[in-house]
Amino acid sequence: MKPVIDRRKKYWNEPRLNWWERAYIFEVVRGFSITGGVFVRNMGRWITGRKGALTSYYPEEKRADFAAHNRGKHVLTQREDGRPQCIACNLCATVCPARVIEIEAGFDPDDPAHPKFPIRFEIDYSRCIFCGFCVEACPEDAIRMVPDVPGLTVTDRSDGMWLGKQELLNWQPARDPAKPYPPRPAKGDGAPSTDTDPPASKQ
Amino acid sequence: MIQDLVVHGVFIVYAVLMLMTLGLILTWVERKQAAIMSDRIGANRAYIRIPFTQAKIVWWGLFHGLADGLKMMLKEDWRPQAYDRVAYALAPWLAFVPVLAVFSVIPFGGRLEPGALFGEGAAGFFGERVYQLQVAPLDAGLLVVFALGGIAVIGAMLAGWSSNNKFSLLGAVRAGSQMISYELVIGLTVIGLILIYGTVNLGNIVEQQSGMLFGFLPAWGIFLQPFAAILFLVAAQAENQRIPFDLPEAESELIAGYFTEYSAMKMGLFMFAEFIHIAIIAALFTTLFLGGYNLPYMNDAGLLLPGGLEVAMPHLLVVILQITVFWVKVFLMCSFLILVRWSLPRFRYDQLLSFAWRFLLPLAMINLIVTAIAVWALGAGA
Repeated sequence: MKPVIDRRKKYWNEPRLNWWERAYIFEVVRGFSITGGVFVRNMGRWITGRKGALTSYYPEEKRADFAAHNRGKHVLTQREDGRPQCIACNLCATVCPARVIEIEAGFDPDDPAHPKFPIRFEIDYSRCIFCGFCVEACPEDAIRMVPDVPGLTVTDRSDGMWLGKQELLNWQPARDPAKPYPPRPAKGDGAPSTDTDPPASKQ
Repeated sequence: MIQDLVVHGVFIVYAVLMLMTLGLILTWVERKQAAIMSDRIGANRAYIRIPFTQAKIVWWGLFHGLADGLKMMLKEDWRPQAYDRVAYALAPWLAFVPVLAVFSVIPFGGRLEPGALFGEGAAGFFGERVYQLQVAPLDAGLLVVFALGGIAVIGAMLAGWSSNNKFSLLGAVRAGSQMISYELVIGLTVIGLILIYGTVNLGNIVEQQSGMLFGFLPAWGIFLQPFAAILFLVAAQAENQRIPFDLPEAESELIAGYFTEYSAMKMGLFMFAEFIHIAIIAALFTTLFLGGYNLPYMNDAGLLLPGGLEVAMPHLLVVILQITVFWVKVFLMCSFLILVRWSLPRFRYDQLLSFAWRFLLPLAMINLIVTAIAVWALGAGA
């Protein structure tokens, strides 16, 4: 007798449990041993002073394993002398779909190549959507996004979630392929210093 | 007479305090254990600040239970517009009080001779009286457990009916049919034990579980009736309406089931009743299957180690040890029940009922028949 071939498309899952699995109780016990084993392992870690969790204790503790392509926080890049590379052109603030960037431009007569600089540069992280348009719009490579979190846990809602120029300029990478000069070591609060002379080539 | 009143008054206060504390701690244990089982840290932000300092007492988040209680006290007691006033107010208490009252028949220790404990004055006052460490040493102990368990169903049904909400009513109907089904299974599993021990007095049942079986096993119910122990645990978890049997509350379908329309402390009572119910189930299981306050090689006089070595212990130490053993067993059982709750997925409702009627009930009956035949055969030999 010819076997009947069922050509209908099967969109359901065939029951694939064998009698052992259908007895339910054994598989349940196996599940308990898995969850209980995890419990005992993590408990042992906590008791012996190690960390028994994958999560981190957030504001006090930041996870170290952000992916290299994570874009969680903005930074302002610096010139050789530590001043912000930003020329306060407001392109990022204009392109920003969430309108979270606020820039107040200032005039710097000592640097004729870059007379405009930001007095204030603030980002409201309560509204930022991390689209990265500001980075794309910037003609000076002054704003970038890095694998980090803003770290803005506040206890008072009226404090807001703003990052100012000081925090944004805190970025001090060990090596930056986009720039020929090595970045300066951190200057305390990371504020741009005005006492150093601009390099001769920029004059 | 007055001595009895004093002793039992102390027992009642002790039992209620212990259950309340256990219920409060279990909320914390549930959170913490679930967190550790799933590689998380768990709730640990609630703290008490020592006044005038910046020192914070966190204690692994133990104060979250207190914070929850405080929140529920301070919340608005919102009521639905059209509802049955009396039944609505009565329902949380009908769910809460029977659960608490079940503990009255559970022995949490062996014999207590107050006269031998507290020096001369107590000896003169109490004389030679001996008490069971049990709020109500009733002959009908196990029957009282079932009677009070039945009342808890009425609480759930009343809550669902009186709050004038379709989700509540659905939850209540589910709770009713589920509890009736699984109550039956619990009853049938326990009858096997009654056949073996020949009594429904929980104190006597625990006493018969002291000593050893074949010289090496503790004579606990779980070794006499391993099958019944498993069935009892399953049915008790269903009776408690926790995952995998939490269909009456099923958040994804029924919001919160029969207490959808409850808020503030009334809702807190339902939650608290559920947590105390865990402790009660653990205590019942300990009493029926884990030998209650009995420790292997230990009796009311002291230790009786294998090899005929006897170590006499003072009465106070024995009492404290027995109470401690009981609570440790209860706590381990609670922990196991929480493990079950955080390991298994929820049943579908038809699966739930067919599981009870077509799987558990026949198994319980087979277990009962086998036990009856075995008891009859052994009894005929003796």
